[in-house]
Amino acid sequence: MLRRASGLLARPILAARARPFSTDLPAAQTADATFVEAWKKVIPNMDPPKTPLSFMQPRPPTPSSIPSKLTVNFVLPYASELATKEVDMVIVPATTGQMGILPGHVATIAELKPGVLSVHEGSDVTKYFISSGFVFIHANSFADIIAVEAMPLDQIDASLVQKGLADFTQKLSSATTDLEKAEGQIGIDVHSALNSALTG
Amino acid sequence: MASNAAVPFWRTAGMTYITYSNICANLVRNCLKEPYKTEALSREKVHFSISKWTNGKPEKPTSDV
Repeated sequence: MLRRASGLLARPILAARARPFSTDLPAAQTADATFVEAWKKVIPNMDPPKTPLSFMQPRPPTPSSIPSKLTVNFVLPYASELATKEVDMVIVPATTGQMGILPGHVATIAELKPGVLSVHEGSDVTKYFISSGFVFIHANSFADIIAVEAMPLDQIDASLVQKGLADFTQKLSSATTDLEKAEGQIGIDVHSALNSALTG
Repeated sequence: MASNAAVPFWRTAGMTYITYSNICANLVRNCLKEPYKTEALSREKVHFSISKWTNGKPEKPTSDV
């Protein structure tokens, strides 16, 4: 019933529809002021429901000078590894190669391949192996790294990696259909990335 | 829109990105050291049961753990 009410209130179309890229957004508002006003006109006795916009923290606006630190959010489906952590630099394994992200990086969306993510803060470097994912770099020096599976390098077992590499090389050579060949190739890519992460 | 780079090999073989990403994640999980490996595999376990319907009635469900 309440869902129909928002249609009846005839919310004005937000400027949201005209936005071209999600990395170029200006800072979002905290409360949906027009919705609250329209609600109060029609239903003055009930409190307006909270819209998703009021739960979200607004994205900080793009500062006019390049900030000194990069703010990184590194999330996994089951945990958030780094939440708005300020760092000097991050190196991500993009499909086009290792990409270094410094404060003031141009807004980018990059797909990640299996590889090593390294977070540089002062003289500390923390490395994680990522299975695959995406990185969204926003114009205000915020970077969101999302990965399906990630772990520190010391949790990886080298002997299992070698075994996997050998298995998949053999699987690829004995593959017949395209799908099997693709799976074999994926196995080889992932295991060689794991290998170079452990040795490199 | 910029034209895409060469289509990835798994896409030409008919695989979607989600399948590719899940395969990569599974392979990486299988290479973990012991306590982490069991945690990761149990975290990703899915329980479901399937029941086929015939003539408007469900048959006995088969459960896959």
